[in-house]
Amino acid sequence: MLRLPCPFCGERDETEFRFRGDATVVRPGAGAGLDEFNAYVYERANPLGWHTEWWLHAAGCRRLLKVERDTLTHEIRSVTAAATDGGH
Amino acid sequence: MDPVPSSPASAATAVRTKSGHYSFWRLLREGLRGQRGWRPAWVKASPKPRYRVVIVGGGGHGLSTAYYLASHFGITDVAVVERGPIGLGNVGRNTTIVRSNYFQPANIRFYEYSLKLWEGLERELNFNAMVSQRGTLNLFHTEAQRDLFTRRANQMRLLGVDAEAVTREGVKSLVPLIDLDNGRYPVLGGFLQPRGGTVRHDAVAWGYARGASERGVDIIEHCEVTGIRHDGGRVAGVETSRGFLGADIVCLAVAGHSSRLAGMAGLRLPIETHVLQAWVTESLKPVLDVVLTYGAGHFYVSQSDKGGLVFGGAIDGYNTYGQRGTLPMAEEVAAAAVTLLPGLARVKVLRQWGGIMDMSMDGSPIISKTPVEGLILNGGWCYGGFKAIPAGGMTTAYLVAHGSPHPLATHLDLGRFAAGRPIDERGIGPFPYAH
Repeated sequence: MLRLPCPFCGERDETEFRFRGDATVVRPGAGAGLDEFNAYVYERANPLGWHTEWWLHAAGCRRLLKVERDTLTHEIRSVTAAATDGGH
Repeated sequence: MDPVPSSPASAATAVRTKSGHYSFWRLLREGLRGQRGWRPAWVKASPKPRYRVVIVGGGGHGLSTAYYLASHFGITDVAVVERGPIGLGNVGRNTTIVRSNYFQPANIRFYEYSLKLWEGLERELNFNAMVSQRGTLNLFHTEAQRDLFTRRANQMRLLGVDAEAVTREGVKSLVPLIDLDNGRYPVLGGFLQPRGGTVRHDAVAWGYARGASERGVDIIEHCEVTGIRHDGGRVAGVETSRGFLGADIVCLAVAGHSSRLAGMAGLRLPIETHVLQAWVTESLKPVLDVVLTYGAGHFYVSQSDKGGLVFGGAIDGYNTYGQRGTLPMAEEVAAAAVTLLPGLARVKVLRQWGGIMDMSMDGSPIISKTPVEGLILNGGWCYGGFKAIPAGGMTTAYLVAHGSPHPLATHLDLGRFAAGRPIDERGIGPFPYAH
């Protein structure tokens, strides 16, 4: 069981959250070409180690959180609210 | 359609390990002579500085690619390099199910080809892989689900693949343990592929390794790839923990780690790595002689020849390279299991494990050239790689040998994502969690 420290609700079980994927990809502007959109929609770094990712606290505060987590050890280094970061 | 050359070019290649033909008479003879005549089934090779083809990954797809390259395409200057011992990755960490009950015609043809190769595999390899066509039974619990399965079964039958509708009573007679009227999701019926079943997974790795090794392929264990050397957009070989191996063609068959290996060549793939868990119970007397799939949750189960119930669920749902998994999925799978088969509620689980999967962005595999010339990718298997080992190996070998995709695998190219034609296998949209 992963335990994510939500900055609004405190530490909660992973079952309260919904994983929303890689938080490092950035949507290109409307004038971007096929390659940029292909990279945004499909291509991922998929690292072994530290990964920056979105988690939605679906059964809690409903806030979108940006989490830094190690994909091998599952250690969580930081959890911040998406809004403070200018994200989605 | 028979895209495989009918006369294998293997006759020209030297047999070198001489593990000998396996047969009843051999068994009898060795039994009478104190088992002194057995020899290792395959050679543990040391790396040479250069090969025509280097295959990274000594699992199911890597070994089968090597075998078919040597046996069907006459290419024996091949090395299979593996980080640990062969067969201990996903080929040894799955639930051993084979079937071809897919929805999209291109996928049905590909997996049916694989099932046909499974049917002849033991004769071809002279190796007992315990191919058991006990049938795969998918249950449905709503009328909409029945319609979807009926459509899938009809699609299969149009292509000459076996699929049958099974009534509620039929389900009960196939699986007497089942609680048809379970309070949560009563079973309305099922969809059976009689030729589906299970295969002894370790024997698949060993059998292909033996066949490849006998035909001259070097199988190099404990040889971790640390870099892919390429220049001017063309692959030159692989850096490994045992030195540099030059190669005209490098083929990646490392599902779970495809992104990392492709990253060494500067590529980003449409893949994320996720863990899929599986469990096995203590041994029971025979209680289940089909592969059973619950339609209202994550649970599928078969009984191994040793008697244990082997079962699994869905991926945990977040990127991970940890081969273990966490408990929420275990709880979900166990809940589904006792809903469907309440009589098993007190059976003890002996072991649990996780395998890490290449989850591709449309839920279908990738067998393809890459933007780096000479670098070929076999990956993106999601959680359906085991059943595809024979066809995956054959079509990858075809791509290596001919430089163009096998007719049954043209739809699995890497370029499909950018081209806007991802594969919508389930008819509900090309989602990355599917298989």
